[in-house]
Amino acid sequence: MNALKTITDRYELRFSGSGGQGLITAAVVFSEAVGVYDGKYVCQTQSYGPEARGGKSKAEVVISETPIDYPKSLNLDFLLAMNQAACDAYFYDLNADGLLLVDSTLVEQYPTSRIIGIPFTDIAKNELGKEVVANMVALGAVGRLCQKVNLENLEKALLQRVPKGTEKLNSKALQRGIEEAEKIDVLGLPRSIITDDDEV
Amino acid sequence: MFNQENKRLLLQGNEAIAYGALAAGCRFFAGYPITPATEISEMLATMLPQVGGTFVQMEDEIASMGAIIGASLAGEKTMTATSGPGFSLMQENLGYACIAEVPCVVVNVMRGGPSTGLPTCPSQGDVQMARWGTHGDHPIIVMAVSSVSDSFSITIKAFNLSEQYRVPVVLLSDEVVAHTRECVQLPDQKSIRVVDRIRPSVPPDWYKPYEGDNRGVPHMAAFGDGYRHHVTGLVHDEYGFPTQKPNEVQQFQNRLTKKITRGFSEIMMTKGFMLEDAEIAVIAYGSVARSALKAVEDARKQGVKVGLLQLITLFPFPRSHVSPLLEQCRAVLVPEMNMGQISREVQRVNQNKCVVAKHNRIDGQFITPNEIYAQLIKL
Repeated sequence: MNALKTITDRYELRFSGSGGQGLITAAVVFSEAVGVYDGKYVCQTQSYGPEARGGKSKAEVVISETPIDYPKSLNLDFLLAMNQAACDAYFYDLNADGLLLVDSTLVEQYPTSRIIGIPFTDIAKNELGKEVVANMVALGAVGRLCQKVNLENLEKALLQRVPKGTEKLNSKALQRGIEEAEKIDVLGLPRSIITDDDEV
Repeated sequence: MFNQENKRLLLQGNEAIAYGALAAGCRFFAGYPITPATEISEMLATMLPQVGGTFVQMEDEIASMGAIIGASLAGEKTMTATSGPGFSLMQENLGYACIAEVPCVVVNVMRGGPSTGLPTCPSQGDVQMARWGTHGDHPIIVMAVSSVSDSFSITIKAFNLSEQYRVPVVLLSDEVVAHTRECVQLPDQKSIRVVDRIRPSVPPDWYKPYEGDNRGVPHMAAFGDGYRHHVTGLVHDEYGFPTQKPNEVQQFQNRLTKKITRGFSEIMMTKGFMLEDAEIAVIAYGSVARSALKAVEDARKQGVKVGLLQLITLFPFPRSHVSPLLEQCRAVLVPEMNMGQISREVQRVNQNKCVVAKHNRIDGQFITPNEIYAQLIKL
């Protein structure tokens, strides 16, 4: 198995939550920014249940400077969890030095202290007046925190994909996410998702 | 097409199939939506009318198949797209397309089966069905795609072979390829090789609609061209009328088979990776070929002499590509998301030349590189 851990070229993200939260849309916009505008290799995949809403939903993005063979994640570098169930289910797929970003409106129990909580749903609902843009607030934060995408390109990709008439709202949501992420001191977080006590 | 050439686009496998169909000249699509193939219909519903083509949402899949056969006989290049349950329903009319030698492309985006099975999960369970789903000995070509760029280029090849040999081509995709988004740059339409069926050049009175040319393929008049002809699902003579005369039946059946066997070298397509000095080979197709490539690269880093043969054409089974590999290697591994539908073909060709190992997964999950790697190093 160690042979497979030596992959350095791939950077892998997962957007997870429940169906209807717009996670696949967020992942598609992210991939478009990275692939079409930044010009890197990108693979975006997804898995979801047969329900239209509810049920588990996840979307993955693999970024690389070279062509991508296996399209799904092998070692997760970044996990966005938009609800408790997703956080609990996918936390264990994360690299020890990976980043865990959660919607602190909906995730109450944190599995590690190396975690970033931003109240995406709360910001979307109470500040922007539309709960549906929580995914775009999260997208802004993901973009800023992973540092794998040009943020101007992220906005360009976003404006290409969203329905006409909602550009302002969506781009405001994205900016709010970026702002919130800027307040986070990533280097101040514990360096591993495993606390020192756990290490053997 | 749509001024998208030479632009970087982020497309799903399904969307790339739609673009590929249009680039190949498809102007008629009839289908019935089904997960995970629906995006193909959605794309073509918007795009076909813009190029003067026709999109019809049918009442079910057997009717979809009927509609594309009819439109093809009227001279159009046609396609339908479905998944397992719909593909089951298409089988009767697929047989009709085989016997009446009607070019058409049937896309089957495989999902977990049998029956309604696992609508949103990947599978490769329809491989043998694509070959033998409709009854009777019949010629058919089956191809598999493994990436978004494949989905574009192999769709075009599927149309070309279908037109060239007057045979239905089944294009197998799976849920992983269908819903993976990747960047592709669509080539300039001028640089794409597009093959059209040969139309009769003789005066209408001389036309024998089912007389094969030197390749065994009859020239095809479109209804409305002024060439009167009869089309039937019964075994027919060169004029298209039913016959039971043993010599005519035999001649007809032989021609159907031989038109494909004569084209073997062109029809059988594979891609080799790191095979030159390989002592072990992985034989894979569809999305699993990508997991296999990763596993092979990882094993190479550990000094294992292993390579990958990716099958693009599944049927006619590319034995002329597989057979030398079985002689060269001491073992081959065939990973599949089914119980061993292609490993059985490999074993058939093998004749005890080397060890054929299987790796099968039928739980609705995609095979990972780690699984293949773990099997590989044991060989």
